[in-house]
Amino acid sequence: MSVSSFTTAASLDDALAALAAGARPVAGGTDLVVGARSGKSTLPASIVAIHRIAELHAVSHADGALRLGALASHEELAASDDVRSRFTALADACAIVGSHATRAQGTIGGNVMNASPAMETGGPLVCFGATATLQSATGSREIAVADLWTGPGATTAADDELLVGLTLPTPADGTGSAYLRLEYRRQMEIAVVGATAVVTVAGGAVTEARIAMTALSPTIRRVPEAESALAGSDGGPAAIAAAGAAVAAAATPISDVRGSAEYRRAMAAVIARRAIENALARARGEEG
Amino acid sequence: MKVATTLIVNGNAYPVELDPGTNLLAAVRDVIGLTGSKEGCDDSECGACMMLLDGQPVNSCSYLALQAEGSEVTTVEGLAAGETLAPLQAAFLDLGGVQCGFCTPGMLVSATALLAANPSPTEDEVRIGLSGNLCRCTGYDGIVKAVLSVAGSS
Repeated sequence: MSVSSFTTAASLDDALAALAAGARPVAGGTDLVVGARSGKSTLPASIVAIHRIAELHAVSHADGALRLGALASHEELAASDDVRSRFTALADACAIVGSHATRAQGTIGGNVMNASPAMETGGPLVCFGATATLQSATGSREIAVADLWTGPGATTAADDELLVGLTLPTPADGTGSAYLRLEYRRQMEIAVVGATAVVTVAGGAVTEARIAMTALSPTIRRVPEAESALAGSDGGPAAIAAAGAAVAAAATPISDVRGSAEYRRAMAAVIARRAIENALARARGEEG
Repeated sequence: MKVATTLIVNGNAYPVELDPGTNLLAAVRDVIGLTGSKEGCDDSECGACMMLLDGQPVNSCSYLALQAEGSEVTTVEGLAAGETLAPLQAAFLDLGGVQCGFCTPGMLVSATALLAANPSPTEDEVRIGLSGNLCRCTGYDGIVKAVLSVAGSS
């Protein structure tokens, strides 16, 4: 199918009107155009380019929350002092998306709405309790990112809804976080297996732990069994190993060209353990 | 359906008429006629098509040309000053960074973006920075040496 209509939205209202009329949005194009050219899908018949909408580019950290415009690029987020200092796992993830060309053009909003179970930023967003704001010509709603994804490439968003931004509550003092993936190549890669850990420590004990697994289930999700193995512990090797084993036990990976299910499950424990170790070290101020 | 637009490539304005599904690479190569940028994988994996969009790197095979309206596009043809090669281009020739030449336009554009963002990269930073650009000939050593020589940190 060829593209029969293309407009560039000058404002959010323009974009929402185009979506209401049946257009599909494009921002950086790094998923949409690649998918169409590789034959996985065709380009939509009607496209509205949203990349010039200035208000969707803003990133701010105020009043106890980080607010990301849907058009914030991975490059911007990886370089943001606010993201690096308080939401370090998200900076880890943004820094390894694609190549520098992907990071310069690809947006956090596109990444979320593409809903890949192997996306790098998904685990950090889920662990930080990110909320997505979806807007249409007729209204606006908020939904936890964890509830937005329903399966590989699928979300609860209606066709006329646009993800306009993400809100992440600022973690408590004493929190450290890390995102780590198993990779075969240092760029132009997506997670073979990924793990996110967000931990809060006080007085030598882990007071809160959030752990998510990536490329190990149909959607990226937290692993409560791993979190309870770590929370309340001393954050020592036994607790970390137990949490890693819980991630492997909860995993339901697929076999594909990048790895067998058996290999992914075996590596899940390793990658989760390393992510937790990094997050704990950062929470304790031992390393950046 | 064709859409009329103007693309600014290497400082020159090109009025063009494009099918809206045309990617930036096809517009620049086939419509404008600047064939320096190459189509390698056509899947955003190899970097042979890399251009700069307002100074930021873009895999042009994966970017709709109409989205570039209002932006400055730079291709490998825009790196030299007239007949004088850019220092990176000269270094690629001097240090064996070119063999078949197919990846070279993307490598040069990618390295230009890398050095603009990080003027004094370490060897590791150069290797990571260029790992979105595949070369099947030289084994990368000459390319990395060339970039480091321009960065002045070799």
